[in-house]
Amino acid sequence: MSSGAAMEYSVQATGLTKRFGNFTAVDHISFEIRPGEIWGFLGPNGAGKSTTIRMLCGIQDPSEGSATVLGYDVRRDPEAIKARIGYMSQRFSLWGDLTVRENLEFYAGVYGLDASTNRQQVDKWLERSGLTDRQHGVAATLSVGFRQRLALGCAVLHRPQMVFLDEPTAGVDPVSRRQFWDLIDRFAEEGTTIMVTTHYMDEAEHCDRLAFIAGGRIITQGTPAQIKREQMPGIVLEIRTDRPVEALAALYQHPAVREAALYGVAIHAVVEARESAPSVAASLQDHGFAVLGIEPIPPTLEDVFVALAESNQGATA
Amino acid sequence: MDGIVSPGSVSASPAADDTVIRCLGLTRRFGALAAVDHLDLSVARGEIFALVGPDGAGKTTLIRMLCGALTPTEGTAVVVGADVARDPEAVKARIGYMPQRFSLYGDLSVMENLQLYGDIYGVGRTAFREQAARLLTDFRLDAFTGRPAQQLSGGMKQKLALACTLIHAPDALFLDEPTTGVDPVSRRQFWRYLYSLNRDGITIFVSTPYMDEAERASRVGLMNRGRLIACNDPGALKASMQGEILEIIAEPKAAAKQALRGHALVRSLEVFGDRLHVLVDSADRAEPELRRALLSGGVQVQSMRRAVPSLEDVFVSRLARVV
Repeated sequence: MSSGAAMEYSVQATGLTKRFGNFTAVDHISFEIRPGEIWGFLGPNGAGKSTTIRMLCGIQDPSEGSATVLGYDVRRDPEAIKARIGYMSQRFSLWGDLTVRENLEFYAGVYGLDASTNRQQVDKWLERSGLTDRQHGVAATLSVGFRQRLALGCAVLHRPQMVFLDEPTAGVDPVSRRQFWDLIDRFAEEGTTIMVTTHYMDEAEHCDRLAFIAGGRIITQGTPAQIKREQMPGIVLEIRTDRPVEALAALYQHPAVREAALYGVAIHAVVEARESAPSVAASLQDHGFAVLGIEPIPPTLEDVFVALAESNQGATA
Repeated sequence: MDGIVSPGSVSASPAADDTVIRCLGLTRRFGALAAVDHLDLSVARGEIFALVGPDGAGKTTLIRMLCGALTPTEGTAVVVGADVARDPEAVKARIGYMPQRFSLYGDLSVMENLQLYGDIYGVGRTAFREQAARLLTDFRLDAFTGRPAQQLSGGMKQKLALACTLIHAPDALFLDEPTTGVDPVSRRQFWRYLYSLNRDGITIFVSTPYMDEAERASRVGLMNRGRLIACNDPGALKASMQGEILEIIAEPKAAAKQALRGHALVRSLEVFGDRLHVLVDSADRAEPELRRALLSGGVQVQSMRRAVPSLEDVFVSRLARVV
């Protein structure tokens, strides 16, 4: 077996590149994912996330560069990879007219599990995902949250060492999302490696490490804490005023303000340096706003994401 | 306009003349199921109201009733001055409604799509010209008026859909989960448009499954099983959280989770990378006990401190009590 027990990385990508005609979707990216890690892959639509995942799953050949998954080369050994991974996308396909149990049994059959392993794995998943009571219900009638957990079950019944999740929680409510992340977390605890893409920064916070991709290139990677601490270009000022929605419009006009957004009743404004704060406050007061507070704060992941994506827009276009 | 987001005033009932939406005992049954169940709600002119709730809570049914697209089984709703059951056409004429799957005609151009919606709403020629020109400029679609809708990017399609719902200059805008699957940059851009519409005096009613999005609203309603279980500005909702969150960083993480999961004082546990969030009734009381439990499980605690609850924490804890 080429993937020994002491495998250092579940994924190792070096200069991985994918071109479609003149368009470079993924442009010389390099990264490693350690066993048992929850690794988040963030970036705007069209940044190259799904193409990267498809290359790692052995579905699409790289144009250049190399990658190994669980020790197997994506070009030479795609079948060995497919047998050892699970994959779930936002457009997961379930059989709507089959029951929950029948869907799981169908996928267990696809993976070639024998009958008794099959039954065991199905029962285990039903219990783990809270679907036991609904196992004889038709999949089409499940809520989005339950459908998503069923789809995850279909992707992991064969106990893969690594799971790829491509925007798994789009449109799912908070309670179901928590339950979903709880399942993911338990997988990681058991040693399964997780690579996940998401547009939701509160979800990105669940990850051990993150990478930001824009225009096919990885712009930064690190733990959520590291990224927030080190990667924010500029300073985030938290501003409290009497009329935030209107103050926001005034801030867009201020030359020192690169970006501004509302967070609840507070405004986050990105400026070059903290020295800009007095001038920003003065300008708001000149426009007739009461400035109740203005202070530099640590950026949120969304602040960093938006700033990095916008400063790399040239590369995207 | 002053009252939009100042905490304290927003949760108060708006004055009658300034009410854009008023529901009293609003109910919609489908067979035995009450999708919306005796719901009372008032939304004032100029508010940005976010409706959040799990799948199947009744959000879409409520929005469709408010837009005059679905008749209530019981109760009343008055929207922009008209009763949704008695005079749905008057409601439709003065509101914009963007459903989850907004239909643009892919083979029609940007301008033709706008024209189609202008015709549906009976917008006069002069008014259409002015409103279309303004929307196209505001949404930066003016360079693409001849392009078929199916050739637009996702973000541009969304902007065109919004422009179509605004072509008749409505007083209130209803959006049903408008940003599902949209990346943070486009999402911010989209909210920037909503704020600018709001500054022009348009009341905004938006449903979303995402809490970080609800934080952008001036008032948030939590909906579950057809009812509003909480309704206030985001700050007040967070202040109303029952229980406290302790953020723990400890090694080894697996042993820490094990010790915390089974602990009697821990109501729930969430993992954020190397940080563990536990919900407890009282942080002061739980802290020494959890430290002891972790220590005896062979876990070294690097830090344990109180964390500010997120709107999601509030939501989950409220639902946990209801369900």
